[in-house]
Amino acid sequence: MKKRRINGYLLCGLIITGVLLLAALVGTFYTPFDPNAMNGAEKFQAPSFVHLFGTDNFGRDIFSRVVKGSGTTLAIALATVAIGAVVGTLVGAVTGYFGGVADDALMRLNDALTAFPSILLALLVISIVGPGNKYNVVLALGIVFIPSFARVTRTAFAGLRDVNYITSARLMGAKNGRILLVHMLPNTVRVLLPAITIGFNNAVLAEASMSFLGIGVTPPDASLGYLLSEAQDKLSRAPWYALCTGAVIALLVFGVGLIGEGLQKMDREVA
Amino acid sequence: MKKKILAMILVLGMLTALLAGCGGSRETPEMRAEANAITIGIAQDLDSLDPHVAVAAGTKEVMFNVFEGLVKPTSDGNLDPAVASDYSVEDGGLTYVFTLRQGVKFHNGKTVEMQDVLYSVRRCAGLLPEGGDALIPALSVIADVQGEGDKLTITLSEPNLEFLAYMTLAILPADYDQQDTAPVGTGPFKFVSRKAQDSVVLERFEDYWGTPAKLDKVTFKIIEEDSGLVRGLQSGALDLVSHMTSTQISQLNKDAFHVEEGSMNLVQALYLNNSAPPFDNVLVRQALCYAIDKREIINMAFDGYGIPLGTSMFPSFGKYYDDSLTDYYPHDVAKAKDLLAQAGYPDGFEMTITVPSNYQPHVDTAQVIVEQLKEAGITATIVPVEWDSWLSDVYGKSEFQSTITGLTSDNMTARKLLERFNTQAGNNFTKYDSAEYDALFARAISAADDAEQTAIYRQMERQLTENAANVYIQDMADLVVVRNGVDGLIFYPLYVLDVSTLYWDK
Repeated sequence: MKKRRINGYLLCGLIITGVLLLAALVGTFYTPFDPNAMNGAEKFQAPSFVHLFGTDNFGRDIFSRVVKGSGTTLAIALATVAIGAVVGTLVGAVTGYFGGVADDALMRLNDALTAFPSILLALLVISIVGPGNKYNVVLALGIVFIPSFARVTRTAFAGLRDVNYITSARLMGAKNGRILLVHMLPNTVRVLLPAITIGFNNAVLAEASMSFLGIGVTPPDASLGYLLSEAQDKLSRAPWYALCTGAVIALLVFGVGLIGEGLQKMDREVA
Repeated sequence: MKKKILAMILVLGMLTALLAGCGGSRETPEMRAEANAITIGIAQDLDSLDPHVAVAAGTKEVMFNVFEGLVKPTSDGNLDPAVASDYSVEDGGLTYVFTLRQGVKFHNGKTVEMQDVLYSVRRCAGLLPEGGDALIPALSVIADVQGEGDKLTITLSEPNLEFLAYMTLAILPADYDQQDTAPVGTGPFKFVSRKAQDSVVLERFEDYWGTPAKLDKVTFKIIEEDSGLVRGLQSGALDLVSHMTSTQISQLNKDAFHVEEGSMNLVQALYLNNSAPPFDNVLVRQALCYAIDKREIINMAFDGYGIPLGTSMFPSFGKYYDDSLTDYYPHDVAKAKDLLAQAGYPDGFEMTITVPSNYQPHVDTAQVIVEQLKEAGITATIVPVEWDSWLSDVYGKSEFQSTITGLTSDNMTARKLLERFNTQAGNNFTKYDSAEYDALFARAISAADDAEQTAIYRQMERQLTENAANVYIQDMADLVVVRNGVDGLIFYPLYVLDVSTLYWDK
């Protein structure tokens, strides 16, 4: 096996994402200001050294809110991708490996789910489980994300099903569960990892749009999408609010996108 | 080469057409001032132009200038004679006799006759020969309407101190069937035209019986999008817009406009579900009142605009309003904690605040309240709901712990604001339950004279405050942005915009 070299994409991506993750992590126990503390004397302050991103209409420090909000958004995105990836892989494994009626049924259901625009589907789930709660947002988005993972992994598992070493394992009497978990799963990582990075980005954007539309995270909890919707009607009074929040979303998506790109590039070099 | 030239000519042609298009509709405030006209931005289209049928507050706000009743509300909350020149109450409040004013003209040039007045009152009371329901349900109290000479006699089936407030109903011509497309009334302005989703144009009525309007022409421009109103003011397309938020106003050029502050005439409060724990305990409710600082809410979320309130009544109701209740519970966190400890919640408790999410002012208020309650050890969570589910679950079924909303009155009667806290009331969504209050209410509505009734209503307000029925916050400000040069705006204790007093100060 050739020595794997970390490429520029991956490095940049890791640095950007790392910094944002660290900030969000620190933000869970420390922010320069209380993100919800109001201060009537400091409404609509432009960015300065005290308030890096300025303040909003209640005099709240936008930097602290963005840091806290990134935490919420990241947590939601991670949980969403986790649900999508785990359930999706499970579905993909079962359908890809066993085939048959289960495959047909689940994959047609999959098709049906993919036929809806994802936001519409999330809206549907939210309207059933009720809005205003971040766990419900995770649930809604998680369900929406299952089909894409199922599709990707199904192809991988189906491709591996009749490969020699799997057939040998089967002949040696390995149980189906062991074959799927020990022999096949590690070999699907190649397709799973990029799918996770893309899924993560989509989750960040989906959470942002849902909160922006007012069906995601609710005040005083702040996610990046909710902050954007707050910033919207103050656009000409406090443009820094929307700009800073938007920039963080863009940076986050960009960073994770670079990681995905880097991983694929590395994969091609190895292969 | 030929093609390029052709393309250039086409592009040029398109540009000219575009520019010409823009230039044509460009009307500056200076041109309007010259023409003695103004353009007012409104946020929603009108529902019906027939005043007896229209229900939307936004429609009544505009058409107030076109129609008048036998009496007319004034800016200080009284009722002045209008189409009637005089009235008297007889038979212990069972009979109202109105004397018609001589020579009042409709916008179509005809003089107002007794038959027109009879038609209008009977139509609203459901007493027309062809039958039909009362268009105004409260007028089903009318037993009979008769006209003789210039005297109109209305007989009631039971006395009603607040009956006169309903005689503001529009007087319409009897033999006219196009009210819903080309309305005709007796007001200071006559209707000229309406383009659905676009505009309504009024012009001064030269034969008006009273003080004539100062402007020649008023255009109400319908702009349903918030930021469109701001843009319209900035670009010079609009001269006046009501009901703006302080954030919208902060985006306007301060040299071109001034802001006039009236009030919305509503009671904004953190309404509590008095029937469910922990708010069935008066100590907890009082603790909330001490913990919440209404003045800070007004400063923080409303830039200082708004009148703090202490009970279910607001200042424009004049004699009914008791200002001494406003600071019954001064902001005092220590006292709040003390009361909570007495009530058995030494470490505070968790609660939810349900807010209609389409009303940003209420959402903003909730955010400030959450922070204030935190200081008293109470953890509040905001639950935003859509307007429809708020109406059905919170207002309809009382499925809530606390909620923020503004309650209004559509006429000048205190009953409208206070009736809802009596246990018999169908709209008692806060489930306020006090035998003492119920007894007071029963006495108030059957009171024989006005002074006694007023005293009882004031007692009821005090009772609400002392029992901390709800955490009263404010009468929200109605911020009206007016272009410099336009003057004469007056506010009413009702949801109307009187344009007859507006003028260009040249």
